[in-house]
Amino acid sequence: MCGIVGLYLKNEALYPQLGALFKPMLISMTSRGPDSAGVAIYRNPVAEGQVKFSLAHERSDHDWNSLSTALAEALACANTIVQRDTHAILVTDGDERSVQSWLAEHAPDVRVVGRGSSVEIFKETGLPEQVYDRFDLASAQGRHMIGHTRMATESAVTTAGSHPFATGADLCLVHNGSLSNHNRLREELKRRGVSFSTENDSEVAAAYLTAKLQQGISLKDALEQALDDLDGFYTFCIGTGNGFAVLRDPIACKHAILAETDDWVAMATEYRAIATLPGAENARTWEPRPATVYAWGAETLEGLSVNDENHMTAGVA
Amino acid sequence: MDENIPRVTPRQSATFDAYTTSEIRRAASTGIYDIRGGGAKRVLPHFDDLLFLGASISRYPLEGYRERCGTDVTLGGRFASKPLELKIPITIAGMSFGSLSGQAKEALGRGANAAGTSTTTGDGGMTQEERGHSKLLVYQYLPSRYGMNPDDLRKADAIEVVVGQGAKPGGGGMLMGQKINDRVAKMRSLPKGIDQRSACRHPDWTGPDDLEIKILELRELTNWEKPIYIKIGGSRPYYDTALAVKAGADVIVLDGMQGGTAATQNVFIEHVGLPILACIRPAVQALQELDMHRKVQLIVSGGIRNGADVAKAMALGADAVSIGTAALIAMGDNDPRFESEYNKLGTTAGAYDAWHLGHDPAGITTQDPELAARLDPEAAGRRLANYLQVMTLEAQTIARACGKNHLHNLEPEDLCALTVEASAMAKVPLAGTSWIPGQTPF
Amino acid sequence: MKQLDLQELGLRQINSTLQSAIPETDGQQWSVSNPMGLHAIACGLNSKLSVTIDGNAGFYCAGMNQQADVTIKGHAGVGVAENMMSGMVRVTGNASQSAGATGHGGLLVIEGDASSRCGISMKGIDIVIGGSVGHMSGFMAQLGHMVICGDAGEALGDSIYEAILYVAGDVESLGADCIEKQMTPEHEKTLAELLSRAGMDKDVKSFRRYGSARKLYNFNIDHAGDY
Repeated sequence: MCGIVGLYLKNEALYPQLGALFKPMLISMTSRGPDSAGVAIYRNPVAEGQVKFSLAHERSDHDWNSLSTALAEALACANTIVQRDTHAILVTDGDERSVQSWLAEHAPDVRVVGRGSSVEIFKETGLPEQVYDRFDLASAQGRHMIGHTRMATESAVTTAGSHPFATGADLCLVHNGSLSNHNRLREELKRRGVSFSTENDSEVAAAYLTAKLQQGISLKDALEQALDDLDGFYTFCIGTGNGFAVLRDPIACKHAILAETDDWVAMATEYRAIATLPGAENARTWEPRPATVYAWGAETLEGLSVNDENHMTAGVA
Repeated sequence: MDENIPRVTPRQSATFDAYTTSEIRRAASTGIYDIRGGGAKRVLPHFDDLLFLGASISRYPLEGYRERCGTDVTLGGRFASKPLELKIPITIAGMSFGSLSGQAKEALGRGANAAGTSTTTGDGGMTQEERGHSKLLVYQYLPSRYGMNPDDLRKADAIEVVVGQGAKPGGGGMLMGQKINDRVAKMRSLPKGIDQRSACRHPDWTGPDDLEIKILELRELTNWEKPIYIKIGGSRPYYDTALAVKAGADVIVLDGMQGGTAATQNVFIEHVGLPILACIRPAVQALQELDMHRKVQLIVSGGIRNGADVAKAMALGADAVSIGTAALIAMGDNDPRFESEYNKLGTTAGAYDAWHLGHDPAGITTQDPELAARLDPEAAGRRLANYLQVMTLEAQTIARACGKNHLHNLEPEDLCALTVEASAMAKVPLAGTSWIPGQTPF
Repeated sequence: MKQLDLQELGLRQINSTLQSAIPETDGQQWSVSNPMGLHAIACGLNSKLSVTIDGNAGFYCAGMNQQADVTIKGHAGVGVAENMMSGMVRVTGNASQSAGATGHGGLLVIEGDASSRCGISMKGIDIVIGGSVGHMSGFMAQLGHMVICGDAGEALGDSIYEAILYVAGDVESLGADCIEKQMTPEHEKTLAELLSRAGMDKDVKSFRRYGSARKLYNFNIDHAGDY
């Protein structure tokens, strides 16, 4: 059970303030999720032919430069690596799959927590403010960001169990709620070769989407199929290269609120996370309808309409 | 037939036994599931499967009656400015006016007062009588919110947010039409005589993250004075206890599947939930990991019958216990002196569980004025007080034998188990060994 | 008008001030600024105060209200005026889930839209919504009136008891045991009074009335699928 926040800046002038605007949003959700926190920030897109990995290690003094050097030698690729506390952002021109296999074989204690062209994922146990500060996110610049604060329900409080969960290139998922059929689904996905690092129900939702996307199903269709296949209570926020999408289960007990001004679109579990944004008082605010996919800035994702007025509901706050 | 061939004794099926076949016939005839009161009747691993290790040479016992063995407990000091001070660690569980007669509720209050402990309202609100007759009254905050109002919240000594109960974790309340008389109907804002069905989830929150906000509201409504209890049915006690603590509970009430109910589907009572023996250690573990053991108190219930059960529950880590069914029996429920009337209802003393129908010969689980008048609240209250006193003395007897000057100093290490099941569930060694299944090598 | 700044004073002080204020001596008009979506603002009031919340409020705003007249100038979070006993709560914007949940009395006015489960388990409260309501509104509604000037979402009035629902717009679907009922002059009169008290200018003739079919009041195997 958790708090979710998402911020998409429509006004480019605000890009330099993304991390600063986002910080109070995440911190306001501390009581909903005191166990761990995480964010996905979309910034500094890599050049054509490059891929960006978000890597994590349990120690904050891990020798990332040696890892990068070894990888470069092994795959004859050019890398840059920037460490941020327990995480590191690796940009490489190596082949994505080869890099992943090499990491799995030669650096088994390193976890790949995100990959794509712009996404960077940072997550750790601890209070949201501490986590945010560890990764020096307050000064971060960019277009959009989603975040999560976690109150662990039925799985351990670990970094691996923290959100966001990567679901594909530049895709990640955060979840508030509690799935009731994730164990069976996890077994099913395992039989199809998906590997899991936690007992977390949200990781299953992420893996489910990953598997669907790998089959070539569009994000919109995958989310709509999730409505049939995932049992339980959920509000999902899915970070995409171009924005974010929101989906609530058909019963829709776990609330969510969306707000929009000329400058930004925000999503949160509670309004208080949005209240600190400039102009929030006069933003158009509403609640996403149950079993309905919403998306912002997802124009490249097949079938996902941008800010579809037809999806606006009665109800708000 | 050849007289020389020995006759085989007619054999009943163990699978399709007499009860099972009668239930199939009943279902086929009525088209509705069996609804009844009470808790699980099946055989379950229970406190009887545990024994205390009395003191001898390695430890020294205390003298009975002369050397002090404390029984008091303070509930709710984590955040509440007015925690409850109980003389004994045995409280009376939530039972509604509606499911019980006014006289029975009064008797519970009288008995609890005399023993220095608290009673609890139920799904139906607080009556003036029970407030008047209970020195310490815990007000239940349930999904139905029947009769819920801020005046009564402020009059309460503690607030118990009911998430679930042992008889039906995940289920809502029920009260059958026969018991919805004018007064009960008015208290619940319902038409008279209908089958009341209560929601299984609270109407305005789900999950620990929202519960935290609900608790904030309840505290703001009551000046941060009242302890906030969270009552959960035994199903995932480790996680639920941890989450209740994270949501801000002062006290956790954990009810095993032997815990009674006024009316629920038999299938629910017998097939959903955990026996209380299996609930306590995981809950205590969660409290310990959060450094909240003895800071957030744990009250356990579901099949508590005597002082030995009290002592065993406390040795496993509970701060107090709660009784419902046992309190009703102490007052006169299922008394053999009503045998002929039980027979007329198609049952027998000890098996009567049609609490939902309101024909209780003992006048306890009824709204029929004539039946209810059979229960003398003063006499029934006295019986309850006696019973509470006996349980306390029994628990003290055991604690002193284990060398303890307070009940809360009992430990799991004072126990051993008679069965492998109980050993595994209570995480105490099998008698005569140091083996705990799943914990230590044999 | 007495001003209280929530960010400056904090929730506990604001609430204890309002809960203990005596209108005759402490003043009747109060305003709370900077609510910033915080929870449980102005809950548990029990005197004839008039309180304005200047901005958007979080969960359980004006919860369990008695006597007071609370206006939220903005949106309200989950469970606004939950379990209200008497008095009036007005939301000038929209309201989140479970608005007026289990309310026993008083009047809740939502000038904008209300989300899902509006009036869930209502027990005598009157709720008037200027806009539309989300799914499962009026679920297990026991007593009182809900007036919806806009549309109603799925499963309106599911498992309803004796509450009465009036809807001017479209109803996406009715819940179990909820049916349309005839509007009598008596109902029109009640509705007109509610609209007038709420300050809504809407023709009573444009409303339809919904209530319980009372088929689920006592268990009947022939309706098992509806439970």
